[in-house]
Amino acid sequence: MRAVVREPLPRREFLRKGGGLALAVTLGPDLLFRVVDARACEDGLIMNAWVHIRPDNTIGIMCPTTEMGQGIMTSLPLMLAEELDADWAMVEVDQAPAAKDYINPGYFGVQGVGGSNSTRGYWMIMRLAGAQARKILIHNAAQYWGVPVAECTTAASRVVHAASKRELSYGEISVFSEVVNNPPVVTEKDLKPREQWRLIGRDVRRVDVPAKVNGSAQYGIDVQIPGMLYASLARSPIANTPHPLYGTGAENGPLSFDDSEAMKIQGVVKVVQLDHAVAVLGTDYWATVKAKRVLKVEWRRGELASKYDSESKKIEWAALARDRSKGGRTVGNTGEFATAFTQAKQTLSAEYLTDHVHHACMEPFNATAWVRGSEVDVWVPTQGQTWAQQVCAKITGVPADDIRINTTFVGGGYGAKTEQLMTAEAVTLSKMMNKPVKVMWSREDDVKHGVYRPLTAQRMDAAIAADGKVTGWSHRLVADSVLVRARKVVWDQNPGLDGSVAVGMLQPYGVPNKHHEYVHQLGGVPVGYWNAVGNGFTIFAVESFMDEVAAKTGRDPLQLRIDLMTDPRGRQVLETLRKACDWDGRRTPDRALGVAYNHGGAWNCQIAEAVEVSVDRVSGAIKVHKIWAVADPGTAIQPKHLRQQLETGIIWGLSAGLREQIAIKGGEVQQSNFYDYPVPRIDEIPDIDIRLVEGAHGHVSGAGQIGVAPVAPAIANAVYRLTGVRLRELPMLPARVTLAMKARAERTV
Amino acid sequence: MAQMTSFTLTVNGKRQTVVAHPDTPLLWVLREHLKITGTKYGCGVGQCGACTVHIDGKAEFSCLRPIASLGSARVTTIEGLSNSSDHPLQKAWIAEETPQCGYCQSGQIMRAAALLKDNPHPTREQIIAHMKPNICRCGSYRRIIAAIERAASGA
Repeated sequence: MRAVVREPLPRREFLRKGGGLALAVTLGPDLLFRVVDARACEDGLIMNAWVHIRPDNTIGIMCPTTEMGQGIMTSLPLMLAEELDADWAMVEVDQAPAAKDYINPGYFGVQGVGGSNSTRGYWMIMRLAGAQARKILIHNAAQYWGVPVAECTTAASRVVHAASKRELSYGEISVFSEVVNNPPVVTEKDLKPREQWRLIGRDVRRVDVPAKVNGSAQYGIDVQIPGMLYASLARSPIANTPHPLYGTGAENGPLSFDDSEAMKIQGVVKVVQLDHAVAVLGTDYWATVKAKRVLKVEWRRGELASKYDSESKKIEWAALARDRSKGGRTVGNTGEFATAFTQAKQTLSAEYLTDHVHHACMEPFNATAWVRGSEVDVWVPTQGQTWAQQVCAKITGVPADDIRINTTFVGGGYGAKTEQLMTAEAVTLSKMMNKPVKVMWSREDDVKHGVYRPLTAQRMDAAIAADGKVTGWSHRLVADSVLVRARKVVWDQNPGLDGSVAVGMLQPYGVPNKHHEYVHQLGGVPVGYWNAVGNGFTIFAVESFMDEVAAKTGRDPLQLRIDLMTDPRGRQVLETLRKACDWDGRRTPDRALGVAYNHGGAWNCQIAEAVEVSVDRVSGAIKVHKIWAVADPGTAIQPKHLRQQLETGIIWGLSAGLREQIAIKGGEVQQSNFYDYPVPRIDEIPDIDIRLVEGAHGHVSGAGQIGVAPVAPAIANAVYRLTGVRLRELPMLPARVTLAMKARAERTV
Repeated sequence: MAQMTSFTLTVNGKRQTVVAHPDTPLLWVLREHLKITGTKYGCGVGQCGACTVHIDGKAEFSCLRPIASLGSARVTTIEGLSNSSDHPLQKAWIAEETPQCGYCQSGQIMRAAALLKDNPHPTREQIIAHMKPNICRCGSYRRIIAAIERAASGA
């Protein structure tokens, strides 16, 4: 098996190559996926086939979504191959074009990748398509032999008639396969029982890896179109990353510019003003970079953004979080928190603050577009094909379905590449110049105009009864919303609530009276989907506060979690973690363990993590020596990939917990590049021990982001157990640690 | 007016002539003039190592080397590391399934290749010290170490 990385071809060529049998699948009115068209390729074009069985026995399977390192280009086609009973060695994976046939019903109903939704969203579709294709092959073979369908079985890419000791390969059958109109609908009941799985759950080689060790893997930034122009954009001093479906960025955009020096540079063709930026276009990329440096631009300073200061915003929003008269939207409340609180023997309160963090994908945003009348081609490393189409349609007037989005490999997405500003820039400029245009963002553009994880202030309150039991729990979160900026159409249906920001507030701890409230505040600076989004800060508050409650009531923090846990899966990961990290064992006095848990909600994957830390009491630097993680992902399609995903999440959690910070003053991001936005390097990775427990529930889950959130609270909890100092602000920078230690020393004097 | 000039350079054993501004970093000459795109842009300031190539056999940041400074130096990129992806490091990278998004891996492999050339059997500490300039945002570091150790052991 291999990933086919080819120059974008018209789909017609994919289908006609070598003839054979192609099957298209679509969502029927009964919400069941079914094969709508299956025919020999020579009979005509099937747009958007999912599987293509060729006479040479190779089998082409579409990957409907984007490969960005999560292994999806292997694991989704593998699901189809499982039910097709295909010989995996003969499978070739193709990147699907942007088309309605490939939408993920579990992800905003669009074609795109995010929210750890691909495995869950495509799990049934891929397998039903495979099962349907297998049925058609059996039907054709049975007809050819003149034997009953029921007497035929399949082995790897072969239909077998045991009674007559005959068999035909899928490739052979594809040559004489008949057109099947309205083939019988397959349902979940037709799928293999798990005991018969040959591929699911067993590690295969990732199809995208070989191209990634020799430079041949095509990322968006690698696209070359003959005769294309390059564009470098001068951007506002203010963080200005409009979502092109809902904003223009004009409020922080250019007032005027002077290009007299820029135009003197050989290779520069033109300088044009856009709403949010000034673009230098040229035949030579470096010429556009040089010209951008000497371009003089006067900028507007937006009313809201120019007043945004991240340090004072945390204080302002903490006051709001404290003030119960400032109401927001509640989620999943039970019982009556107010009563529990007034009846409590003792109460406990704490406030947590988290800074903005940034994706810093290794491949900065880029896009290449070629608009020629109603023909629109875009090459973009995107997590959102449908949104890219919508943006291009808005700019060009060409219907969205007719926009060709050519998806490349993505050099790091983590949520950032759901954004579409780069797509809009390339399409706008190509339309303007009547030429192909490639837009590349610099690293400085990337850091200063990102879509940062929202800054937050959170207030936690607990009510504790005379017997030490927790009777009330309140969690108030104040933050900006990603939805209001990037999915406004979804926000408008239910304003005030942003599930991606509030995610994690609800945890299955058995407290009778619970109150969770999200108070939205519009900040004016761009916030976006950063790996695990809200989970990263809500779990920091929930799991830190759980330890504060344990300390207040004299309980062991891990035992308290186990005792309060209402979900057996949660109990299992916590108990397994207890043994894995030797929680009850002795440590040297300079080290301590901390623990945190994450239910994962709709991701359906649960995780508990422990960390072992030491603290340099002079510098305030926290060192994490080892991290243990125990996850229950249900059915792991590819266990090795899953571990990689968990490890990535853990490293992101570590980095966001200890160091990553975007500071904004007057709307301007204070960081620029990796020298002032440091991300983990090879000498900073602790020992990481990941264990999987496969729960009996057998569902698939989304494991891409689950590992991120527990790391930071586990560290804070370990530092508390080691030093008695409680850290309530992310990141836990050395200066903040020394300040907290100093404050504690003063209190205890 | 800033003018472009003609330069001749040797990339992967082949002499090539380009017309570019003298201060154009080698990175962009490789990527946009010669269309040899395995070498990646990540930061432009020698902070991430995605652009690592060999210049006269030494690992260097191609984003920091102006074309005018190259003279007769010989440049090797990931595309020139082996004929058919069969350098021991490339084989080890596949065996360990090191890449995730993969964007940084050309630079990682080129930096590792320079290490093994000078020190065929590095200790783990030497590997870590040598590889420090290169960032992998996916955090594939533990498999980078495993792959280098595998290649060094001849496995």
